[in-house]
Amino acid sequence: MTIYVKSKQVVIPGEPLAYGRYEYQGPIYIVRQRIYSKVIGIVEIEDKKKLILIPLKGKYMPREGDIVIGKIVDVGLTGWTVDINSPYKAVLPVSEVLSRPTDAVKLDLSKLLDIGDLIVAKILAFDYTRDPLLTIKESKLGKITKGTLVEITPVKIPRVIGKKGSMINLLKNMLHVELVIGKNGRILVVGDDPLMEAWAVMAIKKIEREAHIPGLTNRIKKFLSKVKTDKKAGLSSQGNISGVKRVK
Amino acid sequence: MSGEKPVKLLDEKGIRTDGRKPNELRPLKIQVGLLKNADGSAYIELGRNKIIVAVYGPREAHPRHVVIPDRAIVRCRYHMAPFSVDERKSPGFSRREIELSKVIREALEPAIFIEEFPRTAIDIFIEVLEADGGTRTASITAASVALADAGIPLKDLVAATAIGKINGQLVIDLNGLEDQYGEGDMPIAMMPSLGQITLLQADGRFSGEEFEEGLKMAINAIKKIYRIQKEALKKRYLEISKEVLESE
Repeated sequence: MTIYVKSKQVVIPGEPLAYGRYEYQGPIYIVRQRIYSKVIGIVEIEDKKKLILIPLKGKYMPREGDIVIGKIVDVGLTGWTVDINSPYKAVLPVSEVLSRPTDAVKLDLSKLLDIGDLIVAKILAFDYTRDPLLTIKESKLGKITKGTLVEITPVKIPRVIGKKGSMINLLKNMLHVELVIGKNGRILVVGDDPLMEAWAVMAIKKIEREAHIPGLTNRIKKFLSKVKTDKKAGLSSQGNISGVKRVK
Repeated sequence: MSGEKPVKLLDEKGIRTDGRKPNELRPLKIQVGLLKNADGSAYIELGRNKIIVAVYGPREAHPRHVVIPDRAIVRCRYHMAPFSVDERKSPGFSRREIELSKVIREALEPAIFIEEFPRTAIDIFIEVLEADGGTRTASITAASVALADAGIPLKDLVAATAIGKINGQLVIDLNGLEDQYGEGDMPIAMMPSLGQITLLQADGRFSGEEFEEGLKMAINAIKKIYRIQKEALKKRYLEISKEVLESE
């Protein structure tokens, strides 16, 4: 029973983390009781008993019940094809959009949702053998009409939410914006003031970049109070942010 | 492997044409994440070799008939730039390049957890900018780093080097001249922390003792290469940490 790594250490694939029976969570594999990492990530050790490996990069793998933000890429006769920033493209059937029975011949689906439209959707079913099935029939789901979309590495979404939603609440309270977080790495920022939206985007990008360094919530808090007092500084660096898209 | 020797490959003191000792590697430099469009990328300089590797995926596999229902397919393209060698190389794929693509793919595939991504494709693009012997081993070394950078789960990094024979003396990491006029060439790739070999080729004649001696030399060299791979992968994250901690 030995642990080879320190807490908060960056590890790479194939790096031995520990030897013996430990509890673990994350992308880890075991050969003859030796625990190895599968990815580049950060290890966290909880009371010398549990190893948690947090990956630093990776693709989004769909899971039933996840809320995702998707982009319509194709309109068919009975439904839409949606890009959900994952190795699998998702399917949104008409029956998961309208509650009344529909007539495929009379109905023009592109009038409801067209190519390029963004939607907040929930994954209804996914089992790897078929493409994931989406629904927008529940409340808070559906077409996105306003706001700013930010794209980050999907594995860092938990950092944007924070422990028990601490980070998301910080952003909401300090900038008076609403956030819709898609588990697939897309975040929608909706605020009345475009400046506040821009600051939120900058904060999210900062979270993505510095997610592996302890004291993140405090750093973001400091960063936001600084931009709020120094408005010019906030605007000047707004131009060079990648992965951001304005809706309407 | 044969023909007249234009120069002495090994002088009286046992020093090679480029001033190296028999068990000395060429200077090695690896850089990670230099391509923005790719999911993962790496650049390697091994002596006069310069190679760039881009990794995409796991992503949707096209055309549809190549899809495998229970795992990802790995595709690899090894290509030499027309200006990579002294005499212009035709830009199309030669027999050698097609063969090397396959050999490199088969050296990397055992390290990838392909069963975690059913029905997808992982694409590896290797572009040789300058070649001077040992491009297949350098490509494997760089490609495994690029795979890790893409966040793809791996059993371990794969590091590779070649053992050769000049004037009956075993040497490590052949350069272009030694490869052309030496008596033997044996590329070896392995997963160092698991101690598993994923590639072993040989041309020329090696006796049983020479093989065992050579394998020992290769394992030693591979451990050195592995350390440089590891550092290259961690460097970016440690740099951000340093920057953040200094600004506080």
